[in-house]
Order: sequence, then structure tokens, then C-alpha cells
Amino acid sequence: MNLLRRPVEFVKDRLGYETMKKPIDHYAPPETTEGVSQWAYVFGFGILASFILQVATGIVLATNYVPSPDTAYQSVEYITDEVRFGNVIRGMHWIGASSMVILVLIHAMRVFLTGSYKYPREFNWISGVVLLYLTFGMALTGQLLRWDQHGVWTVVVAANFAGRAPLVGEHLGEFILAGETLSGGTLTQFYALHVFILPIAIVLLIGLHMFLVTYHGISELPRAGKPVDPETYRSEYNTYVEKHQRPYWPRGIWNELVFGGLVVIVITVLGFLVGPRELGPPPDLTDLEAQPRPDWFLVWYYALISVKPHGYEEFFLVYLPIAFFVFLLILPLIANRGERHPSRRPFAIVGLSIVAGLFIMLTVVGLRAPWVPDYETEPLQAEQLGTEEPYILQGAMVFHERGCQYCHQIHGEGGDWGPDLTNVSSRMGSEQIAVRIVQGIGNMPAYQEILTTEEVDLLVEFLIEVDELEPADS
Amino acid sequence: MLYRVTGGRLGQPPDKPKSGCSGGCGCSDSAGGARPTSRREFLGLIGVGTAGLAAMVAGIPIIGALFSKPARSEQVWQLVGSIDDFEIDETVKVEFIDDDPAPWAGPAARNAAYLRRIDDEEFTAFSIYCTHVGCPVAWREGASLFICPCHGGVFDREGEVVAGPPETPLVRLDTRLRDGQVEILAAPVPVTGRRRS
Ligand code: HEM
Ligand code: FES
Repeated sequence: MNLLRRPVEFVKDRLGYETMKKPIDHYAPPETTEGVSQWAYVFGFGILASFILQVATGIVLATNYVPSPDTAYQSVEYITDEVRFGNVIRGMHWIGASSMVILVLIHAMRVFLTGSYKYPREFNWISGVVLLYLTFGMALTGQLLRWDQHGVWTVVVAANFAGRAPLVGEHLGEFILAGETLSGGTLTQFYALHVFILPIAIVLLIGLHMFLVTYHGISELPRAGKPVDPETYRSEYNTYVEKHQRPYWPRGIWNELVFGGLVVIVITVLGFLVGPRELGPPPDLTDLEAQPRPDWFLVWYYALISVKPHGYEEFFLVYLPIAFFVFLLILPLIANRGERHPSRRPFAIVGLSIVAGLFIMLTVVGLRAPWVPDYETEPLQAEQLGTEEPYILQGAMVFHERGCQYCHQIHGEGGDWGPDLTNVSSRMGSEQIAVRIVQGIGNMPAYQEILTTEEVDLLVEFLIEVDELEPADS
Repeated sequence: MLYRVTGGRLGQPPDKPKSGCSGGCGCSDSAGGARPTSRREFLGLIGVGTAGLAAMVAGIPIIGALFSKPARSEQVWQLVGSIDDFEIDETVKVEFIDDDPAPWAGPAARNAAYLRRIDDEEFTAFSIYCTHVGCPVAWREGASLFICPCHGGVFDREGEVVAGPPETPLVRLDTRLRDGQVEILAAPVPVTGRRRS
């Protein structure tokens, strides 16, 4: 016994065990340790678990990836096809990235809902906001390291965005490209950002964030009618926590460990089952049929700048994101006292619902991308139209060849950008249709100089009659 | 033993030495007992000052290199074909390689532009980058339009915006004809806000 105790004592003493365990050796508010409410407090830990997993899978990827514009794509193919479990690792890293984004957003929403950014936790929130943006920075820089067609165009688009920033825009754009144009240095720079600069910033900020969480203690659930008053908050919190005597270890932490573990397991299983986002075609800036698509976590922004009202370019592309970022940063400085309970903060809740609703809506719209021309659409055939009338078939040919069908559907064939024209004759007469085609309107180009008069006539007759036609298969 | 953390011992600064005045080295003026404080503050100042200086000295090359940009390259005329390769009134894609690329640049050095022959002598060239946020516009011969795959921007054959979010026409590149050879003045990826003419 004694024999064993001495080495244990030795290690404990020399490692400073008593001091080391302080961060988990304190009381936590009871609602974080029991009941349903305890599960509202596990997301931060889930992010941490997910981040550690990202670092691990990222190291594996980095040991096989070649950050050279010439060969990066091939090295990703190599990881996918040759490295043992390579495809699974890529899958875990991609799904882990998605998990980071989702969990960070949920965590931020929880903190906002419970008003936990108020006194004395202002810096918990501020460091969290920077971490949120760094997470999106990782998502952006990560997806372009695939260096496929989507990846290279993401760089071009990112440089163009940055180029719009006030004052420093041009420099920022050139910094992103590591030069005046996409060049040999561009990919290496993004690699350094994704692998060194952003992760180091994240680690440092996580350190600060965690320190603050233990220093100020985890916030208790808000109670309506009990506003935060900086004069009394701390002592009331201490009294409350000490009264209930719920030690953080293990009662407050077991649920977090369970959740974090589940996150890791789910990511790994999905890494096996779902795998990574498929590599696009190899990078080729001279392939002008490219259809760049960002990963889902950036799609909302892609959608925002497509559906925004015409003419507010700078506002939506530059000032809105900056304003939103600044607002989130200073939020706890302008509202660090008062009610924390959601029922007493109607404006905050409405605001959150709007932002969350927009995020989801824009993501859905962005994934459907109805404004994207459908280049693959096939001309309508006689069988589909149920007629052999030569002028109708000619009209259908023109409709396809002249590009109407990229944007307009007829009997289910064609793009979504413009209205479905199957029933257009019930809305407009032939005169009106001809005028619309020739002059265009809104997001529809004018075809005056593109179509011959005969072609316009063919189109109009086709559009007038197409409604009456019975597709053979229906 | 359980520790109270909030506002508690953890992270609490050690008791500050009581100082008669707060003016740093100025304290040496005051009498007797203030001396050790001023000496302490002086040493502190030296320590922090040296560390700060070190960070600045080391930072010059580090920050300097991090933000270094390759020298601005001259725009160069790129040969894209001989005049007989192009039909009048036809818009085609032409390809070229960046001037003096890094040996490892690979696909990053390859570039393209649109070229339209107007008549015997004259050509118009367009940058392929959509003026919205830079996606590659695709020329559609039948529709006679440049259509952007990203957010549905559409430009006519003269590069003017006819639909979608873009607000400025496609960037035009200079062209010239020398001994029957067509050349265009290759411009870099137009970072928006620059070189819009
Ligand atoms: C020559 C080929 C085309 C024909 C015959 C055609 C026909 C029409 C017609 C008749 C309308 C009015 C429909 C209505 O209000 O219900 C319309 C609207 C529209 N078209 Fe087209 N279209 C053609 C090409 C395109 C293309 C290539 C695009 C996409 C770039 C497009 C996008 C639109 C849009 C967005 C609208 C709604 C305009 C608005 O109300 O603001 N169209 N088109
Ligand atoms: S990049 Fe072309 S429309 Fe947005």
C-alpha cells in the first residue's frame, strides 16, 4: 500500500495535480447537471470534440496532401483511392466540418436564447463570435483545397468579394490571390491559412473561451422577472451554486462527454457510409462550361447575392456582412444587463427567428439554385408534345436552340429561372408574348437582335398552342 | 476540496504593491520608501520593453514576408491565333498561358478569354469573369448570350448586362493584329473594384 502510495503522491505533487484539476473541480448550477435542461449545455463540448477530431483527420490529410497547384488535385485523388481508409478520412473531415458549422450555430443560438452573453460573460460571447467566423473561414479555405473545378472558382469568387471591401479591397483581393492573379502561390497561401494560421487562432481562442467558462462559471437557466444586475449577479450566482452543491465533475460533465462521444461516433460512421464530397472535375480555368458550387455551408450566401433586389450590390455583398459581424461583436457591450429570459426579450427572439429562418430558407433556395440555367435540357420531341405539326416542332426546336429552355419549363422540361410557360396562353395573348420575347423584362433578356421575325412567329405560335397539346405519356 | 470559481481565487491578481504615485519612474522624485517601487517598475519596464522590441524586430521580416506580393507584372500581349482561324461574327474561346508562371503553377497559369471577329481587321475580346463575383460566363451561340452559371447573370454579345445580378458589362480586353496574328492584352483576374474600364 505504502509502496504504491508514494509513487502516486510523487506524480500528483510534481504535476501540480491539485491545481490542475481546479477547472473541473467546482460546483455547477443544478440545471446543467440534471433533467432535460442539461442537454442544452452540451453543444460547446460537442464543438470541442468535433474540433479535436478535425485536427486528427486533418493531420492525416496533411501528411498526404501536396499543396501545389500542379498536383494538389492528383494528391487528393491519391488519398481517396490509394491511402488505406483515405476515403473515410476525407469523409470524416468533410462531415466533421459540417458538424462544426452546425454545432457552432446551435451553440451560439443557445447562448443567445438564454441571454448568457450578459454580465459578466461578455468576453465569452465575443471570443465565441470570433470563433464562429473562424469556423466559417476554415470551411471556406478547406473546400477549395480540394482544388477541383469548384475549388479554383471559389478562390476567384473569394478574391472578387474581398475586392469589394471598402479601402483595403484591392489589397485584400491581391492578398487572397497571393498576387495580382491566380498563380503558383495562391493555393499554398490558402493551405497555410487552413492548416496553420486559422487553426492556431482557433486553438488560442478556444483556450480563452474555456478559461472564461470556468472563471465565470456556466450560466444558470434564466428566470423571467429576474434581470441581471452587475451589482449583485456574482454573489447571487455563487450563493445559488453553493446551495445546490452539484459538483461539475462528474455530474456536470458526464452528459457532455456522452454527447461529444456521440458526435465523434456519428461523424466516423458517416465517414464510412457517406464519405466525402465528391471531387469535381480537375481544375481548368479555360473550361468555361464549369458550374462552380460551394459546399452547403456557404450556399446561403450564394443564394443571398442571387435573390437580393437588383442594385444593392455593395450593400449586400460588403456592408451587410460587416455590419452583422460588428453587431454580434458589440452585442454584449450594448446589452449586458437586464432580463435574460426569452419571454422577456421579444425583439431578440424575433431577430433570432428572422436570421435563423433566412439562413435555412437561403440554404434551401441555394441548394435548389433555380436561377441557374439548365444547360442540359433536351429539346421537346414530337412524342412529348403529342403532335407531328411541323410548325409546332420547329417552334419547339427554336425554343430549345435559342436558349429559352435554359430558363423556362414546358411540360416539365427546362430550367426554373423564368416562369413555366406551359400555360402562358391563358395569361397573355400572342401580341403580348411577342413583345415580351422581343423586349425582355426584368431578368429576361430582350431577343430583338437575336431572333429573326420568323423565329419570333414560330415561338409565339408554339407557346400559344403548347397548352392544348397533350403530352403522350400523361 | 471544492473550489469556488466565479470571481474566486482562480485568476485573481496577486496583491499589488502599494505605490505612492502612479507615474512610473516619476516616483523616484518622492522620498525614501518609494524607491524600491520605482526600481521594480523600472525593471518591469525594461523587461516588457525588451520583449516588445523583440517582437517588433522579429516581426519586420515575418510580417513583411507574409504580406509580400510578387512584383506587379507588366500586362503582356498574348498570341491567340492567326486571323484565318476566326470567322467573322463568331464568338469563340481562346486560351493562353500566363506570362512567366511559376514552374509549379500548372492549371493556375492557364487562362482563357472570349474573342469575336467583327470584320477583316477588328476584334473584340472579353474577359471570361462575370462582373458580379467572378464566375466563368459561358457563351451560348444559339441564344447569342453569355450566361453565368452562378447566379444567372446574362450578357449580350457586346458584353452588356441583360439580366441577373451583375451591374457592369463584361471587361473588354485590348486586341491587336500583327502580321496576320491576333494578340490580346491579357488582364489578370479582375479583382472587382479595379480595372473596370
Ligand atoms: C427566346 C427564348 C425565350 C422566350 C420565348 C421567353 C418567353 C418568356 C415569356 C413569354 C415571359 C412572360 C411569362 C409570364 O409572365 O408568365 C418570360 C418571362 C421571363 N423570362 Fe423568358 N423567354 C425566353 C428566354 C429566357 C431566358 C434565356 C431567360 C433567363 C436568362 C428568361 C428568363 C425569364 C424571366 C426571369 C422571366 C420573368 C420576368 C419578370 O416578370 O420579371 N427567359 N419569358
Ligand atoms: S457571378 Fe455571375 S451572376 Fe454572380
